[in-house]
Amino acid sequence: MSTFPISIPRPTNPTGVWNWITTIDHKKIGIMYGITAFILFISGGIEATLMRIQLAGPELDIVSAAIYNQLFTMHGTTMIFLAIMPLGAAFFNFLIPLQIGARDVAFPRLNAFSYWTFLAGALMLKLSWIGGATDAGWFGYAPLTSIDQNPGTGIDFWIISLQILGIASLAAAFNFIVTIINLRAPGMTWMRLPLFTWMSFITAILLVLAFPIITVALIELTLDRYFAFNFFSVANGGSVVLWQHLFWVFGHPEVYILILPAMGIVSEVLPVFSKKPLFGYATVVLAGAIIAFMGWMVWSHHMFTVGLGPVANSVFTITTMLIAVPTGIKVFNWIGTIWGGSIKLNTPMLFSLGFIAMFLIGGLSGVMHAVSAHDAQQQDTYFVPAHIHYVLFGGAIMAIMSGIYYWFPKYSGKMFNEREGKLHFWLMIIGQNLTFFPMHFVGLDGMPRRIYTYAEGMGWDLWNGISTLGVFILIAGFLVMINNLGRHWRNGPIAPADPWDARTLEWSIPSPPPEYNFKEIPIVKALDDWWITKQENPEKVASIDEGSVGYSDGNHGIHMPQASYWPLVVSVGILIAAYGVVFNNFIMPWFLAGIGLIISFIGVYSWSLEPVNDPDESSSH
Amino acid sequence: MTKTPKRIKIFGQIVLSIGMILGLSACYPSHSQSTFDPNGPVAAAQLEIFWWILIGASIVFVLVEGILIYSIFKFSGKSETYIPKQVHGNHKLEITWTLLPAIILVIIAIPTIDTLFYAASPPKHALEQHTLEVIGHQWWFEFRYPNPYENTKEIVTANEVYIPVGYPISINLESVDVIHSFWVPKLAGKVDMVPSEGNSMWFQANEPGEYFGQCAEYCGTSHANMRFKVIAVPEPEYVAWLQYQASSAIESTDPLALEGKNVFKSAGCSGCHSINSTINKGSVGRIGPNLTHVASRRHLAAGVLMNSKNGGPVNDFYLQNNLREWISDPESIKPGNIMSAQAAVYTNSDRKLTEHEISALVGYLTSLK
Amino acid sequence: MSQTHTPIHGEEETTSTGLNHRKMLMWAFLGSDCMFFGALIATYLVYQGKSLVGPYPIDVFDIPVTSVSTFVLLMSSMSMVLAYAALTKGNMKVFRIWMASTAIMGATFIGFQIYEFSSFSNHHVHIDCMNQSHELTAYEQELYDSGCKDGVDHIDSDSGLKPKTNLFGTTFYTLTGIHGAHVSLGVIWLLSILLLSFKKGVITPEKNLDVDLAALYWHFVDIVWIVIFTVIYLFGVFPGF
Repeated sequence: MSTFPISIPRPTNPTGVWNWITTIDHKKIGIMYGITAFILFISGGIEATLMRIQLAGPELDIVSAAIYNQLFTMHGTTMIFLAIMPLGAAFFNFLIPLQIGARDVAFPRLNAFSYWTFLAGALMLKLSWIGGATDAGWFGYAPLTSIDQNPGTGIDFWIISLQILGIASLAAAFNFIVTIINLRAPGMTWMRLPLFTWMSFITAILLVLAFPIITVALIELTLDRYFAFNFFSVANGGSVVLWQHLFWVFGHPEVYILILPAMGIVSEVLPVFSKKPLFGYATVVLAGAIIAFMGWMVWSHHMFTVGLGPVANSVFTITTMLIAVPTGIKVFNWIGTIWGGSIKLNTPMLFSLGFIAMFLIGGLSGVMHAVSAHDAQQQDTYFVPAHIHYVLFGGAIMAIMSGIYYWFPKYSGKMFNEREGKLHFWLMIIGQNLTFFPMHFVGLDGMPRRIYTYAEGMGWDLWNGISTLGVFILIAGFLVMINNLGRHWRNGPIAPADPWDARTLEWSIPSPPPEYNFKEIPIVKALDDWWITKQENPEKVASIDEGSVGYSDGNHGIHMPQASYWPLVVSVGILIAAYGVVFNNFIMPWFLAGIGLIISFIGVYSWSLEPVNDPDESSSH
Repeated sequence: MTKTPKRIKIFGQIVLSIGMILGLSACYPSHSQSTFDPNGPVAAAQLEIFWWILIGASIVFVLVEGILIYSIFKFSGKSETYIPKQVHGNHKLEITWTLLPAIILVIIAIPTIDTLFYAASPPKHALEQHTLEVIGHQWWFEFRYPNPYENTKEIVTANEVYIPVGYPISINLESVDVIHSFWVPKLAGKVDMVPSEGNSMWFQANEPGEYFGQCAEYCGTSHANMRFKVIAVPEPEYVAWLQYQASSAIESTDPLALEGKNVFKSAGCSGCHSINSTINKGSVGRIGPNLTHVASRRHLAAGVLMNSKNGGPVNDFYLQNNLREWISDPESIKPGNIMSAQAAVYTNSDRKLTEHEISALVGYLTSLK
Repeated sequence: MSQTHTPIHGEEETTSTGLNHRKMLMWAFLGSDCMFFGALIATYLVYQGKSLVGPYPIDVFDIPVTSVSTFVLLMSSMSMVLAYAALTKGNMKVFRIWMASTAIMGATFIGFQIYEFSSFSNHHVHIDCMNQSHELTAYEQELYDSGCKDGVDHIDSDSGLKPKTNLFGTTFYTLTGIHGAHVSLGVIWLLSILLLSFKKGVITPEKNLDVDLAALYWHFVDIVWIVIFTVIYLFGVFPGF
């Protein structure tokens, strides 16, 4: 029973929809994150496809200017906040407790809250297509976002959705920081942490420090729009460049938030399929930390053409060039990992190798941007989306694909079809290069970005056409993937605990892991402890699968945290309040917002007074 | 077991050939907004630093991708039971590949910063009279020469501006609404036009020509339709153009034009569009482009409609067609444009222009050479 | 050897660092709240001196009054410390007294804020064109220059400072308003703990984490105010900053 102010019994469904809705199990939450994010990724892909069809030739009329501008704004916002970040969160959720030898995260209910709040933000943003979505670009420069320029609700939905997503991200970040610091198994020192967990930890710290800044920027914009404040009001002396500074001080660390988990995944996959440890583990960790630190000092490279002056531009040129160094270190260390190894070119490995190849290109075009004198020509042309998509699509997404295949046996308990996996890889890498490499060309050929059409005779037709063609190859690849993983999750061959002969703790437990993860919390003696254990005691592998029937196997007397309704209640309250802010004159001024806030308040109160476990409850369901 | 070297060779050759074809196909100096065809010192300096980084990046690319692909081929296909040597790192190697990139980057930074300062301020010999003011509007460019030569009045025009060949032009950038960006790729990199700040830049055209420009900061619905031309001509021709722009509008006696002049007022056009005139004081509107010499412009609607066949001299047939198209349905040419959104003849169905009124207007505007 | 029973409750379980989960969470949260206020203060500083019209800080700030409210907030931190100390010593009655006084002082601070906001927005300027009894501020000088001519003998100006008046109004009200919201939430939290403390077994000398966490939050909010008071108020009116 939870107590004051509302007493309701706690949820006890062992299986079924309600079990998933009220779950606080990190593995289930991770799966929900992953599936939701993947669906949202597809929606962002549809937005991109429509854009590319419109741009396949000059002066086409497939979509109107107004729709196109909404498409590119929603595509960017979706991919960053609703696809890559939550896909990362899916991995954090599923893997971190397994990798550090814990039974769950530090705050299981907070974890569920993160997911439901993320879903609320996602719904709010995607549903804004109805009635006109935001169309001011994913970085929403003032004064295009002002109430004069943009009186509709599209911008308001964008603002509020981002705030909600911020809450979800912050909650998750706090959770993982405490989990990684405090719940490591005995012997799991910092320098024995799996690389993925390390990168996740650094990412979480970046989130905690960076998000509040965009929160402030969005609050200021909201006050301008709703109450005629003057933050970005040119007529009253406000500076629109202030928005850019605030946004990019958040925005640049944000791109490292996007890429560090991906780098973490690659750092896990490469050693396993080279049968060698990660080359220079400590260096790779340090490089990640340095990237995160230096990421705070480069933000104005997004503003090289705004008129900050040559002195400021010079400073940011230097800092931006320097951040290439730790990034390069990682690439070299990855190559050092596979060098001299016994490489197995299966699907996860192909994607991780593809990551290196594509990210290298994106990194080099990034250095070209850093050459700020020429960036005056590159900025706001297609050269920038070329760079972005090489690091985020050929980079982050490819790494995430690697992770999705690599950990598939662990979270689904089944094996996928290897041939189809390879097909997906080849379609993706060919599609990626066909779609995005030509963007370098048209960008340097003078084609600005964010234009819904272009004139005939500019010479951009051929490469735009090829770029659009590439999109369909990418689509084919994703269809192959969905078919492969969808079929096999249901009916694939049963996966053993450690199909890849891997190195980290999550492979020492059944596939999928039981609710309590580890029957006995392991004592860690070294980095890659599982690998070393196997070398010394090969028979350990065979004994893992005894007694595993999947997630709902029951607790076997191990004390697990109980499910709860309150995280969901608070998320629902936030969603209602958010709609109440946008529709603030519904029935009465601020009526809906008030209701939502009250519901959240009750939820928070009840949650804080609810014990982690009821004192009289027995530990198995 | 390593793969046969022959396969690596063939693979490498294919990649290299593709790379070279790709590389060469990227540069199209003849394209109107190509950044590979600098026609002035600023664009040239900026391109030069780019060649350096492009070469550097290509070398790094070939090296690193090469080692990556090589190691994939060399170290795959081994037996399942083979456990390679468990190497944990190599300090010497790691220090090398930390310091080397850092040094290369510092080397590149120096000429980069040099070029930044070069491009930021006009040379000392730039003349006051060659100061150009560019004001961004949604979605057109207003050009002004505030002091074109001593004791002359300010020149105002839109979307097309002449500059003298061989002289540095100081440019002051403003915006009346949102952030735009002034970009003529063949003359210089872009600088943003920020409503709350004034920015400045400079460029110079080394040769006569028509240089295409386009707004390069997303500024709303018709950002894609905000284009302009910088036309560089020898100095005498430039002076002639200035004088011409300074002169009042031609007062045509053609009856259709005269009728059109009345429609221009009665339909409310003069509320936003300025036409200098010696007979009447002329319109004082400044919200829309100045139309005093609109019939001499090579394009209409900010670079969207071409008043000639393939960029030749202005042809009245094309001009009239474009004017008619634009006045009849501006929204179809420039979605979101302010004229469609605010002018009574478009917002109020009672005041919609008749075909005859449109013809009269076209006649009038065509006379404004 | 490995363990079979690892309870995962925040309070009882052994953590890798020995630090409590929820305490660490509070510190992480305060870190992000730091960045939050930092961005707000940065916005204020960027716009300092850039308002196009008055009133300006020197016209509306009443340092003596704000000093009193600052003192009250500072003292509330002290009473928070005393509350926690009393709890750990087992003196529940004294604990409740100090908790109540912390909440009351917090509420008093909010009262001062409300008074301040309303007096700023109703700020009124009276200028006697013939003779000035005091040296005019920059803003008053503006009013004088534009108003005192052609025989006008006095000016009465409704010079209320509102968020939409100028950049100073916008940034000042946002920053201090959000700080005030933090204080208000804190007061609600403290009162909740106070009420709960009457329920047996909820707050005890051993189960003092909730009070510890609330205290951390409270001190943070106080420190933020010290920064605001110094940077916005004091630096705003004393020349040379």
